[in-house]
Amino acid sequence: MDDLILEMKNITKTFPGVKALDDVSLRVKRGEIHAICGENGAGKSTLMKVLSGVYPFGTYEGQIVYNGRNCEFQSIRDSEKAGIVIIHQELALVPLLSIGENMFLGNEQGTKFNIDWNETYGKADQYLKLVGLNESSHTLIKDIGVGKQQLVEIAKALAKDVRLLILDEPTASLNEDDSRHLLDLLLEFKKKGMTSIIISHKINEIAYCADTVTILRDGASIKEMSRDEGFDEKTIVNAMVGRDVAHRFPSRTPKIGPVVFEVKDWTVYHPTYHDKIVCDHVSLTLRKGEILGISGLMGAGRTELAMSLFGRSYGTDISGHTFINGKEVVLKTPKEAIENKISYMTEDRKGNGLILPEPITTNTTLSSLYKIVKSGRRITIDRDLEIEQTKKYIAETGTKCSSHEQVVGNLSGGNQQKVLLGKWLFAEPDILFLDEPTRGIDVGAKYEIYCLMNSIVDSGKSIVMISSEMPELLGMCDRIYVMSEGRIAGELTQEEATQEKILTMILNSEKGRVKLHDSKD
Amino acid sequence: MIAKIERKSNFKGNAILLALVSVMLLFEVMIRIAGKGSLFAPANISNLINQNAYVVIMAVGMLLCILTGGNIDLSVGSIVCLVGAVAGVLIVNHGMNIYLAIVICLLLGILLGAWQGYWIAYVRIPPFIVTLAGMLLFRGLANVILNGLTISPFPDNYLRLFTSYIPAADNDGAQLAVSLSVAAVICVLYVVSEAISRRDKIRKGYATESLAALITKVVLICAFAIAFATLLGLHKGLPIVLVWLAVIIFIYGYFTSRTVPGRYFYAMGGNEKAAILSGIDTNKVLFFAYTNMAFLSAIAALVCCARFNSATPSAGTSYEMDAIGSCFIGGASAYGGSGTVGGAIIGALLMGVLNNGMSILGIDANWQKAVKGLVLLAAVIFDVLSKKRRKNG
Ligand SMILES: Nc1ncnc2c1ncn2[C@@H]1O[C@H](COP(=O)(O)OP(=O)(O)OP(=O)(O)O)[C@@H](O)[C@H]1O
Ligand SMILES: [Mg+2]
Repeated sequence: MDDLILEMKNITKTFPGVKALDDVSLRVKRGEIHAICGENGAGKSTLMKVLSGVYPFGTYEGQIVYNGRNCEFQSIRDSEKAGIVIIHQELALVPLLSIGENMFLGNEQGTKFNIDWNETYGKADQYLKLVGLNESSHTLIKDIGVGKQQLVEIAKALAKDVRLLILDEPTASLNEDDSRHLLDLLLEFKKKGMTSIIISHKINEIAYCADTVTILRDGASIKEMSRDEGFDEKTIVNAMVGRDVAHRFPSRTPKIGPVVFEVKDWTVYHPTYHDKIVCDHVSLTLRKGEILGISGLMGAGRTELAMSLFGRSYGTDISGHTFINGKEVVLKTPKEAIENKISYMTEDRKGNGLILPEPITTNTTLSSLYKIVKSGRRITIDRDLEIEQTKKYIAETGTKCSSHEQVVGNLSGGNQQKVLLGKWLFAEPDILFLDEPTRGIDVGAKYEIYCLMNSIVDSGKSIVMISSEMPELLGMCDRIYVMSEGRIAGELTQEEATQEKILTMILNSEKGRVKLHDSKD
Repeated sequence: MIAKIERKSNFKGNAILLALVSVMLLFEVMIRIAGKGSLFAPANISNLINQNAYVVIMAVGMLLCILTGGNIDLSVGSIVCLVGAVAGVLIVNHGMNIYLAIVICLLLGILLGAWQGYWIAYVRIPPFIVTLAGMLLFRGLANVILNGLTISPFPDNYLRLFTSYIPAADNDGAQLAVSLSVAAVICVLYVVSEAISRRDKIRKGYATESLAALITKVVLICAFAIAFATLLGLHKGLPIVLVWLAVIIFIYGYFTSRTVPGRYFYAMGGNEKAAILSGIDTNKVLFFAYTNMAFLSAIAALVCCARFNSATPSAGTSYEMDAIGSCFIGGASAYGGSGTVGGAIIGALLMGVLNNGMSILGIDANWQKAVKGLVLLAAVIFDVLSKKRRKNG
């Protein structure tokens, strides 16, 4: 008999109109890393929310046995007391508080009326060391990148004396190095006896670290695989999608035309630290029918570049020139950019992309409401047309939802991403910036999105794709610019491009910069 | 009409309507038991409308401000006072042509709103602070203009614009006939518009609600309209201010629920950053919200001058609270992004019924305030709890 730390039995959870979980069971052994895989909307996050008391006992059916005891958690606080800590799909740190304050939020050191700050920061530093994060605990959260924030979340969990750690897509917004670091950390904690449950769409990571994999599909657990029986990326994907995914990237014969968009000497400064340069004399060209990749490390200025080009929605003191079809244009607001058929799909769907309390319909049509006005009238919205169009884009992006009126905030993470994509497809741009388009999207759906991208460029439009997943860039792009510290470090064609070459370019550029500094000093 | 202009006929909207009906019934029972007549006495219904017209007008404007992100306007009461004072000086003291005076007053409202809107939208000073300053500034100016005195009376032709009835009062007997025929015309228009929209939907192959549900809805609304018209007809006829209200409600209901700029308000309140990146000029939206609020306050001021037949230094005191309260009772979110014109109006009526019912019962004015405070709190608590319940499934 295995030593089970957790057994969830026959869990059923319904939302109005959706059965998110249907008689799901999960068995987690003590001291293992247990992975949960499944398509978008399969119910992974919901299952973990049931476990951690986000959905209190009584709002679901079924039984949770933890450490041999029957548990009826009423709130997150209850589950945390039992040593179960969840790190949610969307990070939940307070940006304007320091790392230390965040770490002990709700778990303050000292007495209730006298917080012991020395203890707080002292302990915080210890835990930071434990997760290998080289930052002072006084640093504000907003000043560190997502990768480091993720580590802070883990340190925060450790500070709560965690015995079962749940991570919901912890690596979705991390690059490969940061992801690897995080996974190694989990493996290390495993040696010390901690149990973790990890949800991820990056199957290679699961193959790398998991001991057992449970696969969910449409709210039911369909398979459990353990490392002893042997599994690899292929078998997991197979079990998940229900078919072989032979090719990860659809093939396309590029039909590349003349330059449609050109940027010259684009320079952008940071909106709050006015002397910090974010994009430094960037020049690039985009051709008709081309998928152009922009590669680079976190903080290289890729998002900032795209946003500043999209109607100066980021940065100050912007200088440089942009040309559409050879004619110079000045795009001062996102509205002007959209009117010139440029779109930017944000990487931050919750913060910048979607209106969570609104239904799919209003989100889909928001950027181009004038396309759904009643014929002959200037501002009256045709609700029926809006619904029809929304349905079309729901189908095109393969969004899984109970109806087109479902509130976006209630969709699963991956399906929110698809709504966001649908929104910008609805705008029918000629030039589409996609910032981390497949973040949080399952393997099967990724392929569909790649196909969609191919059909867009086949119809004579152009795409600029920013991505931290290098294989995706290498597999999809006709040309790749490598960005480093706000500058273009180099340019590679599809044939030339390899992972090593990109990394070398970044490294060389950084070195060059250091030398420059040295000679100046 | 109210049901028609609801943005989405959702659970929340219906709950508020239900609350209004139950409060009315409760008062009816209590008033009957106390032997003080009836809440539904024709004279009283007429009264209810005249008394609360200004709240309804301002609640509509306040809703737009709240939609942009829970922003409120504290200055509306003072604007009522200031615009009223100007109206008094122009019309009563100088004997100016009333239509010219009205246009000047409305322009003044727009100007005051643009002044505040500029600071709020383009300089991004928090609305709370700007309108708090406006509250002091405008009342101060009003008192300077009035010199601390009351101006009255207004000429008859002015009063007639806002306080008369259709048909004119000397036309006894025709009242019931006229108000019933107005109701009948409205019902016919309503039925025809529903039928056309259904036919269009079917022809284009869009989903429609079931015929039974549609018929129930139409019958209920028509029955309500006719009952209402009968009560008014039994008193003095249709209060003319009801016509103004209907126009305002229709325009703003349509604006918020069916138009592109109306959608911008919800988008901005829901997630301003996303709205900006969708090409929406949120500064313009905010500027419009506050300019429009002051414009509607100016209309309310004209209505109040006529109703009280005077312009006084204390006019409009605490009107801002009535307007804000109506919106929140009517289900607007305190964080913005959700709420309907229909809800705000029902909220305003609910407050009006509370005032009116308690007055009939002879409850002390101080207690009335306390009760209204509790109702406001209860409405918001209810809203928050029901949202929570829906979230947990
Ligand atoms: N609060 C809610 N109200 C209504 N439906 C919900 C709610 N939360 C989740 N759902 C539905 O439950 C289903 C499962 O969602 P869940 O978030 O668990 O998916 P997931 O497996 O985590 O997907 P992803 O990989 O995209 O994150 C989805 O169909 C979603 O629409
Ligand atoms: Mg999820």
